[in-house]
Amino acid sequence: MNNPNTYELMKRNPKGIALIGVTILALAALFAYAGGFFSPQRLSADRFIDAIEHGSPPTGFRRAHSKGICFAGSFVGSAESRALSSATVFLGDTVPVTGRFAEAEGNPFANDATTVPVRSMALRLVPATGEEWRMAINDTPGLAVSTPEAFYENVLASTPDPKTGKPDPAKMRAYLAAHPETVAFMARMKARPLASGFSNDTYNSIDGFIFVAPDGTRRLVRWSMQAEEPFATLPPEERAAKSANYLFDDLLSRVARGSVKWRLIATLASLSDPNEAAEVWPEDRPHVTLGELTIDHVESEAAGNCRDLNFDPLTLPSGIAPSDDPIPFARSAIYSASFRRRTGESKPPSAIAHQSAGAKP
Amino acid sequence: MNPPVERFTRLSRALHWLMALLILSMLFIGIGMVSTVSPRYHELLSVHKSIGMVIFVLAAIRLINRLLTRQPLLPADLPAWQRVLAKASHYILYALMFALPLVGWSMLSAGGYPVLIFDHLELPSILPLDAGLYATLRRTHTILAFLLFGVFLTHLSAALFHALIRRDQVLESIT
Repeated sequence: MNNPNTYELMKRNPKGIALIGVTILALAALFAYAGGFFSPQRLSADRFIDAIEHGSPPTGFRRAHSKGICFAGSFVGSAESRALSSATVFLGDTVPVTGRFAEAEGNPFANDATTVPVRSMALRLVPATGEEWRMAINDTPGLAVSTPEAFYENVLASTPDPKTGKPDPAKMRAYLAAHPETVAFMARMKARPLASGFSNDTYNSIDGFIFVAPDGTRRLVRWSMQAEEPFATLPPEERAAKSANYLFDDLLSRVARGSVKWRLIATLASLSDPNEAAEVWPEDRPHVTLGELTIDHVESEAAGNCRDLNFDPLTLPSGIAPSDDPIPFARSAIYSASFRRRTGESKPPSAIAHQSAGAKP
Repeated sequence: MNPPVERFTRLSRALHWLMALLILSMLFIGIGMVSTVSPRYHELLSVHKSIGMVIFVLAAIRLINRLLTRQPLLPADLPAWQRVLAKASHYILYALMFALPLVGWSMLSAGGYPVLIFDHLELPSILPLDAGLYATLRRTHTILAFLLFGVFLTHLSAALFHALIRRDQVLESIT
């Protein structure tokens, strides 16, 4: 208004004004569309985490696998690994490793004796030449689902009803009726003997990845971190009598006695093997030892150690590439959103506070 | 005194339209990638980091070019408030062209992420691992991106206003 000249010009050209208005509105609408504002059915990482949190987030902690402990050690690649992948982690040098053991529950103060019987190992391998490799692997025989959408439905069906504090059995029945792969997973879990600790457990990539050989050959593989310590299981009645932090206390005393080792084994897929996380490949597939992991130090989560890292499974070196398994892509997006949330929150001490064992590398 | 120039130099115009395309793409890629857990998330994120560094380098070239060349003057009859708005929005655009890539690079560094562009070119980390700092920078990145989209819309409205309503030489000077 302070310049009638401009106002006059605008009045004289309503078509021009309309054209500008429509252009700007269209661009703003397109931007909102790209961001999913008009697509409530689009599965975003934030929507997924909202479902996991169901209104009560473990503030300051990871949204899943919340109770954990950090470790440090090293990895040395084998000669056989170099024929499968050109990744620098396999060159045979001693590669420094930081990582984390955890229980697969969203409660950072879960009771080890009663929590879900799923454990995980997360790793960050940083070769001196760069090209780091991160992974987050579980001790389960495959996954309960093969797609992020099924994963989301699974989370919704497992969410406790605020009235009863327990998942709605009708919802779970409906989910299982639609997802035979989850039913099959539950049967495999029931048949699986639970490892007595972190140090004698074997952890699986579950997802398929592509190994790219130096000659360019691409192979679909999965891998397992197999404990060199003999497997031992803990009968359910003995487990029930254990203390709330027994898994972590045992690990601390085990590492205090000396280093613990694992062999990293690749399983090479046959052409007929489905690249679906809920499908377990037959046992007779070729196995290749990729190298050996040594863990010689464990310590409580604290500022600047594994607590503040995101073990994004798509942080891959050249020589390892994502496959068409959709789960790692979703995990990458969801881990990042979880990381964004927890890094912005104040950090209470973990259930395993101010403890460490073994030589610090 | 040299007589005023009527158009931006060829290099200035090329930089302007190339960066306009890149920045607009970046804004859409950025908001699009965080809206999905599909494989597009990962693909878009890789592209986002690479284009971000290209914009950062181009912004530096552009600033140097701007300081070394003469710009056409705004129309003499342009009201003072529009003159102020034009100046201010250009300062903000230049600041954001540097700030967004720098905040992106810094936040990845503070978050402990490797900063990979063009798939396997690894940039050095420019901040130590710091979770709280990551959270702040990550939030800043979003806020600045929305601000940039807003200033871009203002800039585009003004350009169209010059071309369609005032019918002066401003849009022509950059085309």
